[in-house]
Amino acid sequence: MKIRIVIDQDIVTKPILAEAILETGVLLNIAQAHFDSAAGEIIVDIKDTEYSKIKNALVLRGAKVLKLDTPINWDEEECVECGACISVCPTKVFSMDIEWNLIVDNTKCIQCGTCIEMCPHDALSLMYESK
Amino acid sequence: MVSKSINEINERIKDGSVSVVTAEEMVGIVAELGAQGAAKEVDVVTTGTFGAMCSSGVFLNFGHSEPPIKMQRIWLNDVEAYTGVAAVDAYIGATQVSETLGMEYGGAHVIEDLIKGNAIEVHATSPGTDCYPRKVLDTTIDIDDLNQAIMLNPRNAYQRYNAATNSTSQKLYTYMGLLMPNFGNVTYSGAGVLSPLSNDPEYRTIGTGTRIFLGGAQGYIVGQGTQHSSTNGFGTLMIQGDLKEMDQEFINASTFTGYGTSLYVGMGIPIPVLDEKIAQATAVSDADIITKVLDYGVPSRDRPVVRQVTYEELRSGSIDIKGCEVVTSSLSSFKRSRQVAGILKDWIAHGEFFLSQPAERLPLDTISKPMKQTRGTPMVKNIMTKNVITIHKNASVYEAAKKIMDVSFTHLPVVTENNTLVGIVTAWDISKAVAQNTFDLVENIMTKKVVTAMDSEQVTLAARRLEQYRVSAMPVVDGQNHVIGIITSDDISMLFARRD
Ligand code: SF4
Ligand code: SF4
Repeated sequence: MKIRIVIDQDIVTKPILAEAILETGVLLNIAQAHFDSAAGEIIVDIKDTEYSKIKNALVLRGAKVLKLDTPINWDEEECVECGACISVCPTKVFSMDIEWNLIVDNTKCIQCGTCIEMCPHDALSLMYESK
Repeated sequence: MVSKSINEINERIKDGSVSVVTAEEMVGIVAELGAQGAAKEVDVVTTGTFGAMCSSGVFLNFGHSEPPIKMQRIWLNDVEAYTGVAAVDAYIGATQVSETLGMEYGGAHVIEDLIKGNAIEVHATSPGTDCYPRKVLDTTIDIDDLNQAIMLNPRNAYQRYNAATNSTSQKLYTYMGLLMPNFGNVTYSGAGVLSPLSNDPEYRTIGTGTRIFLGGAQGYIVGQGTQHSSTNGFGTLMIQGDLKEMDQEFINASTFTGYGTSLYVGMGIPIPVLDEKIAQATAVSDADIITKVLDYGVPSRDRPVVRQVTYEELRSGSIDIKGCEVVTSSLSSFKRSRQVAGILKDWIAHGEFFLSQPAERLPLDTISKPMKQTRGTPMVKNIMTKNVITIHKNASVYEAAKKIMDVSFTHLPVVTENNTLVGIVTAWDISKAVAQNTFDLVENIMTKKVVTAMDSEQVTLAARRLEQYRVSAMPVVDGQNHVIGIITSDDISMLFARRD
């Protein structure tokens, strides 16, 4: 499963991730990481069974942990199959088949929300994101 | 030498013997049979496109109320329409946005709601006259209650569209969609091989009165569109059709985040193959249609060209920019463009659509001029503060604090010996340092990524950057990154306040 770890500015310089990994022995497979002056955000892949262990270790150190279990929702009725979403998705959820139909592989989705901003037809949404 | 007339082709449509193909199919036919063979074989080539066309709208006639009103202003679902055309006519434009919902709902959505048969709230006001005494009107209508709903799009179906990318380190929200930082993506519009005007670039068969596919119904070309710039291959069309007959499949409202609303319009033009020259023109393929990728990171009318590109490259999914593979996205739907060309082909094949002889061809000699501007636009150097107080990077936080107190200015550009900008400290940075007990060097607490302005830059652009980066002051630098002034949001608001 994929989880998102958010580390706020005030603790971003602390080795939270390393500590949590050492403490729990859980191996994190980092799918994406993004840090700026305001906060850090990391998307990692872990085994389902290890979720609560690593979550507790991280939350204890001040990080926020979010399960990414509701990937992007695609409304085929609204979609005009332009393909605008293809070039903004960091994990290549969207593609075109040979007949120019949009293919959505939402198992790759890390819920970043970028495609929602891009879609001109309001055809994409995330559960927790009320547009 | 093949030579056919539109009348002959219409006879064949009538008796069912017409040979019609789409512009996509025509590429292979000409490759196989040659232009002459193809001209003998094929009578009509259908084109199609389905994409965002901002310059679109609908004329509505409401009929007269009792007592009657001469609408001075009107809102449809809170979106204002133009009523400076007699008493109860209005023009609803696609990009006008709702007074309450903003960019989420606009004229394009009103048009889509009309097609869907949804109810529309109408609010109109008037000063009242002897012949039209009523001052306020509120009612609810749907498309069937209107006498006419005539789509009239001033500028549609550009012959070519530029593609877009973004060199800056910020996301850009544009009418070309979301442009990701550092050449993160490329977006483009148009249907390439199926694009109507690309298949008859000399407008030999296209002009005023040409019958077309518009929004799922039959419409007409009125003539050249606004900004028709035929001499450099950027022709446009003004088109019209009856909204009451259109289908929401081919007229679709859209919102570009941070830009506004637009209307996706499906339109297609049938091209009669009168001779081999026309056959040759309709053989145009994605590989033959060249456009430019422009850098939307430069907020100017004349955006720099990043590279030239063919539609074949754009449609391949990625192109090379400065040695990197950049993913491309279409904003137009190729699938629906194909559907348009396909439906038009079926109509013609089944005798439901006849070609028309244009009364007038589109002009070939027009050029679109830039705007004449008679008022000088202020430059950053005209309004910046010139005696800017800076601080050396090796100064202490204490010195910085003292300087800010002395000059009562909250931003200090941080410089080296020779006045080169290396950072900025604000009163906020200093309070933070003090609170954390870091009485360090300025260099260690400053913000290193400084948003700057150039002295020779227009104030409007600097103002936009202040907004984008949510800062209240920017050091002004020359070409060598030497600090020569500072410009604040107060300077800018004062300038604009003076003008009002
Ligand atoms: S951007 Fe929206 S409308 Fe276009 S293909 Fe993607 S989901 Fe569909
Ligand atoms: S939310 Fe992000 S990762 Fe998921 S599909 Fe959209 S752009 Fe891709």
